[in-house]
Amino acid sequence: MSAATTVSIRNLKLALPKGSDRPYAVDDVSFDLQPGKILCVVGESGSGKSMCAHALMGLLPDTIIRQAGEIAYDGQNLLTLDDAGWLALRGRHIAMVFQEPMTALNPLMRIGDQIAEMFEAHNLLTPRQRKQKALQLLREVGLPEPERSVRAYPHQLSGGQRQRAMIAMALALEPAILVADEPTTALDVTTQAQILELIRDLQRRRNMAVMFITHDFGVVSDIADRVVVLQHGKVVEQGAADDVLRRPQHPYTRALLAAVPSMQPPPRTPLADRARAVEVVGLDKTYVSGGGWFQPERRVQAAKQVNFDILQGETVGLVGESGSGKSSVARLVMRLIEPDQGTVRLGDTDFTRISGRALRKERSRIQMIFQDPFASLNPRRKVGNIIADGPIAHGTDPAVARQRAAELLGLVGLNASAMERYPHEFSGGQRQRIGIARALALEPEIIVADEAVSALDVSVQAQVLNLLEDLKARLGLSMLFITHDLRVAAQICDRIAVMQRGGIVELKPTATLFSAPEHPYTRELLAAVPGQISSSRAA
Amino acid sequence: MSKFWRTMLRNPGGVIGLVILLLAIAIAIFGPLLFPTSPWRMVQRPFLPPFTVPGLPLGTDALGRDVLAGIIYGARVSLLVGLVSTMAALAVGIPVGALAGYFGGKVGDALMRFTEFFQTVPSFALAIVLVAILQPSIVSIVLAIAIVSWPPVARLVRGEVLSLRTREYVQAAIVTGQSHSWIIWREILPNALSPVIVLASLMVATAILLESSLSFLGLGDPNLMSWGYMVGAGRTVIRQAWWITLFPGIAILLSVLALNLIGEGLNDALNPRLNKEGR
Repeated sequence: MSAATTVSIRNLKLALPKGSDRPYAVDDVSFDLQPGKILCVVGESGSGKSMCAHALMGLLPDTIIRQAGEIAYDGQNLLTLDDAGWLALRGRHIAMVFQEPMTALNPLMRIGDQIAEMFEAHNLLTPRQRKQKALQLLREVGLPEPERSVRAYPHQLSGGQRQRAMIAMALALEPAILVADEPTTALDVTTQAQILELIRDLQRRRNMAVMFITHDFGVVSDIADRVVVLQHGKVVEQGAADDVLRRPQHPYTRALLAAVPSMQPPPRTPLADRARAVEVVGLDKTYVSGGGWFQPERRVQAAKQVNFDILQGETVGLVGESGSGKSSVARLVMRLIEPDQGTVRLGDTDFTRISGRALRKERSRIQMIFQDPFASLNPRRKVGNIIADGPIAHGTDPAVARQRAAELLGLVGLNASAMERYPHEFSGGQRQRIGIARALALEPEIIVADEAVSALDVSVQAQVLNLLEDLKARLGLSMLFITHDLRVAAQICDRIAVMQRGGIVELKPTATLFSAPEHPYTRELLAAVPGQISSSRAA
Repeated sequence: MSKFWRTMLRNPGGVIGLVILLLAIAIAIFGPLLFPTSPWRMVQRPFLPPFTVPGLPLGTDALGRDVLAGIIYGARVSLLVGLVSTMAALAVGIPVGALAGYFGGKVGDALMRFTEFFQTVPSFALAIVLVAILQPSIVSIVLAIAIVSWPPVARLVRGEVLSLRTREYVQAAIVTGQSHSWIIWREILPNALSPVIVLASLMVATAILLESSLSFLGLGDPNLMSWGYMVGAGRTVIRQAWWITLFPGIAILLSVLALNLIGEGLNDALNPRLNKEGR
């Protein structure tokens, strides 16, 4: 610790309430924040990284007991600070940027007023000066048309713009320390790249100490000066970013780094001369909302003239940013929503022209794996029933279906005893395996995976991806794989379709797409993936 | 289930409510065994104050009938009307709400307009009219209360179903080819039930009040002693004989309070996220 230290956290120990899965949320954690440096705190969900941030902001819930340690800032121990002390400190000395800018901003207040509130809370400046300062801050964080944005409500801005406004708020009183809790996780890759750039830039200009919390090693390698790796509330490794990322010492750090999918697509055998499993022709879907007597209706084109096919045994990826229409296409293919126009053919069957009983019967041929493992399983049904329900609905004998469900649980790497348990007793990764078992129970030909690994930690993500790949090969499945993560797509897809504003702009074999992207949007997406340029960054 | 009971029993209000309600149910079931004589029979001089004559601790009313016996028999009527009319209201409201929420569109619109039709009429006035037309009897009272109290159930269930039907597990059920009835019955309704149970406990309380109000106005079943009737009959002599109206009034107050406390407790136990844990 040769450089000056802004904040020093020493042996911090926070106890969880009784009955939790472990005694300490944060166990004997020590690290320092230095001016002009970004410290990344990395860990998987439940590793205690957000607890560190909340301790530093004095936002710990009352149920968490501060057992030992100290947070030293400016000659005082923040852990023993009273409410009045915190009021003077927060915003002025330590500021925070949250994960979800939509919920962190007050929806009923103009952006400019929310920034001005920062000065008001600390009794600084006159109202007129506050307004000017807000405008100046918005200009500094690069919000387009700051004069208009100052008067805008949060919902009138895009996700990236909202996060810029949040950052402007945090910077208003020129704090010495900025705590950023997963500030780019809710954003698209291209926006994420811009926000990271902005944070890096502001932090250099103002010589702030930044504590940046993330689960994404790509982001770490783009932004960090120092890295702290947390596992189960303990620091397993910390050091300079280059050392930790290139020469990881602890096995956990190595495992985490190894689990990050590479941008290099593995070689794949070409699948020519196979029959088509799915053919999608000219799919159109427009959502119309609003539209009354006094206001014009709002139209969003979720799919326009979408054409693609999937060969038997092939995985086709659908990538794009949020709002590009990729999930709508998945739901159109599943017939969870009805297309305005176009055809989805499964083999020889026209899946878009059947209905009622015939549709229910044909549904068994195409199954879906959902994004959120916590929302996709009925909390009030046992796992065995969840898996066996489908086959029973299709006329399988219940005893046979349950027998088969037990086998499927084995196939996805769970114990058959899981049959009698409820979904909440399982972790996210295990739930996703149950979701996969449910999809396989009907012996489908095609699997549609909608962001199936996006909600999982990297190490679990790697396991689930391997499982999917393995099952696909063993059962000869075709797959439509929807993701926003190009690294994941590179690893699992034979071909990738890039979507933008409801249309497919480029559809190519994976290797070709990564080596020779043609469409400018594809190039932009590829360039924005974090963690590719760590070597070229000036340290 | 054990976790449910633990949370429920941690709430002191809920426990008190539960104790009072169990007591009232016990009285309704076993009370008539202890007082085999009809509550309509004249047993002593009229207007006997409480605690003056042994065997008549709550005194007698204007016709010399035992007030305590009246309260005990009244418990039967009040609880029966409360429970049965709530069941009937649920039996109408849940299906209407579930169908409206699940199918939406024209079906939903039609069902909800129908529901709103009932909501536009003041419920107590509608109940009076219904009982007056159908002749006062226990059946017509239950029916009237059920008819005026199902619309809130339908609206609540519709709202829950609307939000549940977009959940991924419901979509998963559609994708695996389940029928509509299965999806509503097995996937959606069990998850929509906790707020309905809470509402139901409060509806029982409202039904008891409604029945009492109807009996107070003389629209009760003429063959059954009820708390509302006792209050109504004693109201004219309240200045000479306060006990005739006070004790049945307390009975109404306690049972309604108990049900409200239980509703609160149920709400805490069934919606764990609103628990007092955290800050």
